[in-house]
Amino acid sequence: MRRFILEFFESVRIAVTQIRANKMRSMLTALGVVIGIVAVTLMVTAIKGIDKGIDESFSGFGDDVLYVGKWPWSGTQEWWVYRNRRDIRTTYSEPINEWIKGNPDTALVRAVPADNTRTDVVRGDLKVSGMMLTGTSHEMALLSKSDMAEGRFFNEIEHQYGSKVAVIGYDVADALFPNESPMGQRILVRGAPFRVIGIAERQGSFLGAFSWDSSLIIPIRAYRHNINGRDEGDVQVQYDVTRANQARDELRGLMRRIRQLDPEDRDDFEINESEVIRGPLEEIKGYIATAGLMITGLALVVGSIGIMNITYVSVKERTREIGTRKAMGARRRTILMQFLIEAVCICLIGGLIGLGLTWGLAAIIIIAAPSFPIVFSPSVAFIAMALSTVVGVASGFLPALSASALDPVEALRYE
Amino acid sequence: MINPTETTAAPRALHPPGELVIDIEGVTKLYRMGTEVVHALRGVEMQIKRGEYLAVMGPSGSGKSTLMNMLGCLDTPTAGRYEFAGEDVADMTDDELADIRNREIGFVFQSFNLLPRSNALHNVELPLIYAGLSKSVRIKRAKKALEDVGLGDRMHHQPNELSGGQRQRVAIARALVNRPSIILADEPTGALDTKTGIEIMQLFEDLYDKGNTIIMVTHEESVAQHARRIVRLRDGLIESDLKNG
Repeated sequence: MRRFILEFFESVRIAVTQIRANKMRSMLTALGVVIGIVAVTLMVTAIKGIDKGIDESFSGFGDDVLYVGKWPWSGTQEWWVYRNRRDIRTTYSEPINEWIKGNPDTALVRAVPADNTRTDVVRGDLKVSGMMLTGTSHEMALLSKSDMAEGRFFNEIEHQYGSKVAVIGYDVADALFPNESPMGQRILVRGAPFRVIGIAERQGSFLGAFSWDSSLIIPIRAYRHNINGRDEGDVQVQYDVTRANQARDELRGLMRRIRQLDPEDRDDFEINESEVIRGPLEEIKGYIATAGLMITGLALVVGSIGIMNITYVSVKERTREIGTRKAMGARRRTILMQFLIEAVCICLIGGLIGLGLTWGLAAIIIIAAPSFPIVFSPSVAFIAMALSTVVGVASGFLPALSASALDPVEALRYE
Repeated sequence: MINPTETTAAPRALHPPGELVIDIEGVTKLYRMGTEVVHALRGVEMQIKRGEYLAVMGPSGSGKSTLMNMLGCLDTPTAGRYEFAGEDVADMTDDELADIRNREIGFVFQSFNLLPRSNALHNVELPLIYAGLSKSVRIKRAKKALEDVGLGDRMHHQPNELSGGQRQRVAIARALVNRPSIILADEPTGALDTKTGIEIMQLFEDLYDKGNTIIMVTHEESVAQHARRIVRLRDGLIESDLKNG
């Protein structure tokens, strides 16, 4: 063991000496690894960014919420069946909440009505189009994972009276109030004036997914009065995630009672979860990650071929030195280790430079395109260094093995 | 397995002079050169005792180099018996041979074979690294070995900053540093001018006087005449084995 440690340090010393003696050659070889590591780490960074983007996009949706609606969120082949269903009334939230009050053991926590539509929002000369307008109750604040950047959500009294107050997202605020605070200001939604009482924290949007940033929220009664008088939409029900199945069963039973379905009738409503949307997104992310890592991995393979080549050259050049070392008592594994460590050292240098470049590029992207999600984490650094080591060992192994197997007599005679 | 630290710590001087160090019997070596089989050695017998100073001579193709490789445990015989200090080395594995070379044999080559980009001290330290000795012991012994060959003031010079004679002295210090049973020198003056060659031969004379066992391979009669015993090879056989002087 002691001998192994001594030989290890001797190998590192030789590697450093060799690399310094052949600076240009080592750097050019390392360049292949640099490119490979930059490609792979950028890819990892981007994948982590996509992850973060998905997380942020869904942060507005609670992951502990069931959505009762007419349509399932996935697999809608028999669209005509769903189309002909009776509307889901947002007012179903009232009997559900009453039932929750009467059943302390329920896994359901609260129900919130929600109806929404796309609309323009106007303020003086400024107008912003296609914003998501949601009418709901004051309890929506308890469901959403978003925080308020400024102001507050509307309260129970405003909900009861259907006050014309609005909580707006970042994009709405930014478009209509470029140089001032929107707080307390008036905006027009379909001709009706609303007073801004709160601004939701900026959430960021990812791959065009829904974002609270481009939405505004008003009390459901104000919505019914000014936007759409027909009682339709969906009901969002928060539940205890530790009892998900119970929650689903209870909600289904409740809905069947509310809809007055006979036992033999099929459900004429759907209970959806945000996971239904998130699932396919995660799947797409998986494909991007696999394809991306395979393609960028190719760059690393090219780099490792360069390392293998230069290690072979190094072995050839130093055949006599190998012979001398063997004559002095170097064992096979000593020689093997010497060349392996040399290959690994070049790879680690390449890896470090590559990591630095990736870090720099990530920093530039964050400044230049803030909306592009990118995450440069310590785990990326770890992956890069581990990969460099693996590449070094993998590409150095064959040349090092050939060096270790050299016949000392032949090696000493080599010119 | 013998613990290398233990054996290197025990000075060779403890071995009585006159004890058998090399015992070769019926050693043959075949090489296959393409379709042709070359008999480099055809049955060599030889005994070498501790404290001897021996020269191996012979024209090229006589099997001189093959014998030297065999004696140096760089190669194993095709057939025959080879005992080194009582250990049978004929059937040893590569790594076992490496350990024998490390502990028992000090090599001196015609072209010095120093590591470039390593100073004299590190070159001399090398066998001790492979023996697994600690840095402080290595430095101490490498310095001593360099002082013994008169290079106490050149320790931190790179090989390319040293003259030919000085380089060969570094190589000799490296051969001595592990206190080997034998010093095996292959044409040690072959790459040196006459004057420097004489100095190196004088150094070998001193080493012999201190009780070292020296085996020298050469084709130069004047060099061989320094030895106390001369073995002449021809066509893979020992032609003569005579005392000298």
